[in-house]
Amino acid sequence: MIPELGNIALILALCMAVIQSVLPITGTFTNNQALIRLARPAASLQLTFMVISFACLLYAFITHDFSVRYVAENSNTRLPFIYLVSGVWGAHEGSLLLWALVLSIWTMMVNLFSRGIPEDMVARVLAVMGLISIGFILFILLTSNPFARQFPVPIDGFDLNPLLQDPGLAIHPPMLYMGYVGFSVAFAFAIAAMLQGKLDAAWARWARPWTMASWIFLTLGIALGSWWAYYELGWGGWWFWDPVENASFMPWLVGTGLLHSLAVTDKRNTFKAWTVLLSVLAFSLSLLGTFLVRSGVLTSVHAFASDPARGVFILIFLVIVVGGSLSLFAWRASIFKNNVRFNLLSRETFMLLNAVLFVVMAGFILLGTLYPLLLDALNMGKVSVGPPYFNTIFIPLGIPIVLILGIGITARWKQDNGSRLIKALRMPMILSVVLGTVTAVVLVRGVFTAELASFKFIGAELALILAWWIVINSGKLITDRLKNRDNKMSGLQLIPRAVYGMTVAHIGVAVFVVGIILTSLFSIEKDVRLSNNSSVELAGYEFVFEGVRNVLGPNYQAAEGRVLVRKDDKDLVLLHPQKRYYPVKQNTMTEAAIDASLWRDLFVALGEPLGGSPDKSKLEPLDKSNTGAWSVRVYYKPFIRWIWLGALIMSIGGFISATDKRYRVRKLAKQLNMQDNEVATGA
Amino acid sequence: MRKAFYIPLGLFVILVIILSIGLTRDPRTIPSPLINKPAPEFTLPLLYRQAETFSPQQMRGKVWLLNVFASWCSGCRAEHHFLMQMARIPGVNLYGLNYKDVPLDGKKWLEQFGNPYKSVAKDINGRVGIDWGVYGVPETFVIDKQGIIRYKQIGPIDQKAINETLLPLIKKLQLQ
Repeated sequence: MIPELGNIALILALCMAVIQSVLPITGTFTNNQALIRLARPAASLQLTFMVISFACLLYAFITHDFSVRYVAENSNTRLPFIYLVSGVWGAHEGSLLLWALVLSIWTMMVNLFSRGIPEDMVARVLAVMGLISIGFILFILLTSNPFARQFPVPIDGFDLNPLLQDPGLAIHPPMLYMGYVGFSVAFAFAIAAMLQGKLDAAWARWARPWTMASWIFLTLGIALGSWWAYYELGWGGWWFWDPVENASFMPWLVGTGLLHSLAVTDKRNTFKAWTVLLSVLAFSLSLLGTFLVRSGVLTSVHAFASDPARGVFILIFLVIVVGGSLSLFAWRASIFKNNVRFNLLSRETFMLLNAVLFVVMAGFILLGTLYPLLLDALNMGKVSVGPPYFNTIFIPLGIPIVLILGIGITARWKQDNGSRLIKALRMPMILSVVLGTVTAVVLVRGVFTAELASFKFIGAELALILAWWIVINSGKLITDRLKNRDNKMSGLQLIPRAVYGMTVAHIGVAVFVVGIILTSLFSIEKDVRLSNNSSVELAGYEFVFEGVRNVLGPNYQAAEGRVLVRKDDKDLVLLHPQKRYYPVKQNTMTEAAIDASLWRDLFVALGEPLGGSPDKSKLEPLDKSNTGAWSVRVYYKPFIRWIWLGALIMSIGGFISATDKRYRVRKLAKQLNMQDNEVATGA
Repeated sequence: MRKAFYIPLGLFVILVIILSIGLTRDPRTIPSPLINKPAPEFTLPLLYRQAETFSPQQMRGKVWLLNVFASWCSGCRAEHHFLMQMARIPGVNLYGLNYKDVPLDGKKWLEQFGNPYKSVAKDINGRVGIDWGVYGVPETFVIDKQGIIRYKQIGPIDQKAINETLLPLIKKLQLQ
């Protein structure tokens, strides 16, 4: 009964989405206020029905209703409660339901926090989001219904993919979807502006906090996924350039470009067409990502069950949404006049340049992701594009982005003076080279004990110079603002939150850069064969293998190793890496044990039992005598935490910036005319 | 109207063309390097008559099929009905490779759903599967009279695969 209720609620949500999109948009063309006013209640009702529908599926999971095929395929009675909940979005059907739910949550947020925005604008935005919702709910109902029943009812379910049985991954998809889907708000604002034919600084100010919020979620979601891959997959890697990872990274890159472009449109009332295009692209790439993951055109570690009918549906949807909005763009973009002129040497130029670099990077990643598909389409064979390709584009594009970041925040709006700019940048340049070199020498000699005349030293030096470059320029931005103030404390308070947010986010970039480069250059990895009480030395740490015992989890059996880590003849920590065997799905999983710290991670993963056990190809579930030697993988990963810490700092910066008072819409309505005048006079 | 504004639309059209061609392809059909190569040799004990063994050597002079299956594999469940159907056709020599399975489970499976195989070799640790390049179960190989692998079906067999691919191929090979 409950699953049918969920199905009906989903159909009602679809009806609401139709009302929410078709009627208000008709209203804006015929100037019918009654129709325009329908958008808000329809959005509220759509959310209500989506929540009911989602709750029904959740209920089916919690009550082990295996007559629902999706529940039977993705859970069983022994599954811990938290994974019953996360199992709801553990596979294709449920994760689409989550997608649609998240979309209606964002729609509701727009509905709630848009009181100061003209009604017809809100109606258009809600209508566009309603259209997207129609597509997704139809997709669920027609090709991927999570409420489908099956008979006979199995006694027990099949179990959730063990890879997904992890707290980090339980919250990774919702985070990522909040980010992905959140870009639909900026998209809807862009479409609304094109339909209306009017785009001003106020428009950018409305769209900015939404873009910022989804960017924060996307940043956290990607970082979470990367962190999960690091400790769960047992390879010690944190990014694999997998098509599905790329699918989330491309919208992030374009979204980052969009954030900066929106800032220019907001502050300077220019770059309008460019901002609109980026809004369309960021969401289009989110949709494309969904297509790549769901249609099965690409193989990846994230592979979900694929079905050609689904692929065809999403492709048609993609053509309608993206093709439609790009056609609208081609037709209408020329009406956005950029009245405000700016000099070639100005902050605008540098921000434009960086946004372009972000888009170019996303373009190259798209090319690399689709290249195997392209070759196959041309009958030129099967290939796969790996990390070497992506690394060769990431580094040469990443370095100018960081350099321009420093110049951009130092340059003045509208027009700057070349000699002033050079003068302002001279000190940060010298200081960052000196500090970068000194810290590189200290780290490379003192910590990593590597040679100074080596490629690795140059790499570390470059990374640290870039990091200091960002930090010093960002710090200088704050101190410059205080220069003419007598009371420094009140001066600090007068600096807008947006500036603090930007500074924090940029420092996050510095931390991220240091993390990536130092980890890549100085990680040490060893695959060794360890028998009882033998040990291996790595980067000054001694790993003593104290054997393996069998342990029993709720829905798995595991061989658990004891590895004692010693440094300078002192016991440091005891690590327990596991090799888990999930009998229901016949899967073996590696649970790495990690001793984490800000400066370095020690990472131990159990490989295979060697000798002692007759079967080397997999962990024998029946074998109780794990006394033999094991292959063990040990890693020393310096600064790896800085990668995720950097992402975390970036999103904190975004959060600080999003809470700036200039975005509070209610106040905004009153201030708007005044500030538009300021922009016009170039204040 | 500026021409530059049409560039994104143009690029998108190209993208859609690539994606629609991509949709007609299956990324998982990696051509097997074993096609038209001699079938890898092995000798494995049988699932039922433990004392006896099976080896491709014994099949010389016959066209035969090797179906890789396991009791834990849901795709095998899907194709099982069609295997039963094929086994009834005269001239079809269907042999099973019980892959990475607990022998008792494999037997229970066949008792429950029927046994379409002339004999079943048990590959408990999957070593033979590795030699044969098995990466997704179920898989079905067609081997000719000279012991050369002629065809490999990845994933479950269905009516279409039997009628359009497997049976015509078996007939053709038997005439050689």
